[in-house]
Amino acid sequence: MSTLEIRDLHVAVEDKQILRGVDLTVRAGETHAIMGPNGSGKSTLAYAIAGHPKYTITGGSVLLDGEDLLEMSVDERARAGLFLAMQYPVEVPGISVSNFLRSAVTSVRGEAPKLREFAKDLKAGMDALSIDPAFAQRNLNEGFSGGEKKRHEILQLELLKPKIAVLDETDSGLDVDALRVVSEGINRFRGTGDTGVLLITHYTRILRYVKPDFVHVFAGGRIVEEGGPELAEKLEAEGYAAYTKDAA
Amino acid sequence: MGLNEKPLSTLHEKSSFNLEDFDVPSGREESWRFTPLSRLKGLHKGTAAAGHITVTVDAAPEVTVETVGRDDARLGQSFAPADRVSAQAWNSFEKATVITVPREAVASKPTVVTLTGSGEGAAFGHLLIKVEPMAEAVIVLEHVGSAVYADNVEFVVGDGATLKVISLQDWNDDAVHVSQHHAQIAKDATFKSFVVTLGGDLVRLSPSVTYTAPGGDADLSGVYFVDAGQHLEHRLLVDHSQPTCKSNVDYRGALQGQDAHAVWIGDVIIRVEAEGTDTYELNRNLILTDGARADSVPNLEILTGEVAGAGHASASGRLDDEHLFYLQARGIPYDEAKRLVIRGFLGQLIEKIELDELRERVFAKVEAELAR
Ligand SMILES: Nc1ncnc2c1ncn2[C@@H]1O[C@H](COP(=O)(O)OP(=O)(O)OP(=O)(O)O)[C@@H](O)[C@H]1O
Ligand SMILES: [Mg+2]
Repeated sequence: MSTLEIRDLHVAVEDKQILRGVDLTVRAGETHAIMGPNGSGKSTLAYAIAGHPKYTITGGSVLLDGEDLLEMSVDERARAGLFLAMQYPVEVPGISVSNFLRSAVTSVRGEAPKLREFAKDLKAGMDALSIDPAFAQRNLNEGFSGGEKKRHEILQLELLKPKIAVLDETDSGLDVDALRVVSEGINRFRGTGDTGVLLITHYTRILRYVKPDFVHVFAGGRIVEEGGPELAEKLEAEGYAAYTKDAA
Repeated sequence: MGLNEKPLSTLHEKSSFNLEDFDVPSGREESWRFTPLSRLKGLHKGTAAAGHITVTVDAAPEVTVETVGRDDARLGQSFAPADRVSAQAWNSFEKATVITVPREAVASKPTVVTLTGSGEGAAFGHLLIKVEPMAEAVIVLEHVGSAVYADNVEFVVGDGATLKVISLQDWNDDAVHVSQHHAQIAKDATFKSFVVTLGGDLVRLSPSVTYTAPGGDADLSGVYFVDAGQHLEHRLLVDHSQPTCKSNVDYRGALQGQDAHAVWIGDVIIRVEAEGTDTYELNRNLILTDGARADSVPNLEILTGEVAGAGHASASGRLDDEHLFYLQARGIPYDEAKRLVIRGFLGQLIEKIELDELRERVFAKVEAELAR
C-alpha cells in the first residue's frame, strides 16, 4: 500500500515564494480534492512534486513510500509510481501518440510490452475514453482540443498504472459527456483500491462522479482548511472570500 | 539585400567556366566568410594532391547510364560555376556520369549513385541527371568513405517531368566535400530534393535552382546533424526568373558538441518577369550544447510587385524544457526524451520522403547519428 507524504513544503518560482508550508498525506485507496482560488499555488504543488525544473524547493520534504522524491529526477519519480495529469498538457511536434505511449510504458514497466498486447491495450484504453483511434498516429497533443488533451492524459494514467496520481484540473474545459467519460477513467484507476488520487479542481461537478474522501482548501500557498465532501458544497456556495482574507 | 555587398540578382554575373575568373578565396568574400578555408585541404587553391572517387550506379531498368569524357556536349548546359571550387571541379574532372530518363519513362525503382572516397588526395567529379519531358524518376546520391572531393551535379528536368533526389552526405569524419547542385526546371516540371548531411569534417553544399518556363515547382528540404568539430554548410539559391513558379525551402539541423558549426544561407530572387511567384524558405536549428554555433541567413530579394506569396523565416534555439519535462514525467529517461524530441524535430521533414524504404533508411541513419 502506497503513501505520498508531503511535509512542510516550501516552493519558490523565480525567487517568488509560492508554497508556504504544505502538509498532506495521500494513502492508497484515498481520494483527496484540493480546491482554491486562482493563483493560490495548486499547480505549483503539482509541478513541484513531479519535479518541474522551474520550481525550486526551498524547504520541506516529499516522500513516496518512504523514498525521497525530491532527490529523484523527473523520470525517476514517474518510474517510482507518481503520475501528474497536467492542467495544460504540452504539445510535442514530430512524436506520434503511439510511439510516445510505447516509450512511456516501456520505461515505466522496465521492459518493452509485446507489440500485439500493447496495440490491444491501447485500443481498449482509447475505446473506453471515446478517443478516435486515428489519434494514435497524430503528433503528441498537437492541435488537440482542450478536452481531447485531458482525455489523453487519462489514457496515459490508465496505461501507466501509477501508485499515486495528481490530477491538475483534469475536469476543466470538458463538456458533459467528456466529464463523465474522464471520471469513469479515474474511477477505473481508483477501483483497484491500491492507488491514491490527489484531484485539483475548481468545480464540485466532477466530485459528484469522483467522490473524494477529503477536501482541502488551498489559499496563499498553504492548506487552510480540511474536511469531508460536504466542504466542497460549502465552497461552491460561499466562495473563498473567508480564506483569502485569512491568508492575506 | 541582407548582408550581401551586391544585390543577389547580380550574383550570376560572376559565374564562369574559367578558373582564372575567380580569385583564390581569402575568406573575406561574402560567399566564403563562413567557411574555414584552412580545412579545405587545398580544394580552393588547386594545390590538393590527386586522389580518387569511385562512382557506381545501380540504375532502374528504364534509365540509361553513361560514363563520358570532358568533351561531351551535354555537360555544362544548365549552369555555370558560381565559385572558385565549382570552377576548379569543372576544369579538373576526368570522367562524368550521365544518367538519362527517357521521354515519358517512369522509372520503376530509385537509381542509386554511390560515390565512395578512398582516402587522401583531391578528386573532382561531374554528374548530369537528365529527365526528359513527362518522365519521372527518383535518384539517390550516396556519399561514403573518406575523400577530398569537389563536384558539380546538374539536374535537368524537362517539360512536365518529375525528379526526386535524395542526397546523403554520409562521409567518414575526415572527409571534405564541396558541391554545387544545380536544378534547371522546365515548363510545369517538378523537382524535389532532400539533402541529408551527417558525416564529413567539412561539407559545403550549394543547391541552386533556375526555371526556364512557367509552372515549375521546386521543393528543397534538408536535415543535418552537426557533431563536435564538424562544419556543415548549405547555401541555397533559388532564382525566379519565370512567371508562376513555386519554390519551398525547409532545412533543419541539430548541433551538438564543441565547435559544431552549421551554416545555412537561403537566397531567393524574384525577378521583374517572375510574376505570380510563390516562395517560402525556412531554416531551423536546434542547438543541443554550449560550444555549437549555427549561422542562418535568409535573403529574399523581390523585384516584382506581383507575387503570389513570398516569405522566409529562420530560428535557432535550445531544446524546449517543457517538451523534455512532459516526456520525463511519463517515465522516459532524459537521454531518450532528448532523442525523441530531436527525432521528432527532424522527423517532421523526413516524413516528406514518399518512398517508404528511402524514408526508413534516412530515419535509420538519423537514429544511428542520435545514438552515437
Ligand atoms: N514563472 C513564474 N514566474 C512568476 N510567477 C509565477 C510563475 N509561475 C507561476 N507563478 C505564480 O505562482 C502563483 C501560483 O500559480 P499556480 O499556477 O500554482 O496557481 P493555481 O492555484 O494552479 O491557479 P489556477 O487555479 O489559476 O490554475 C501565481 O501567482 C503565479 O502567477
Ligand atoms: Mg493551476
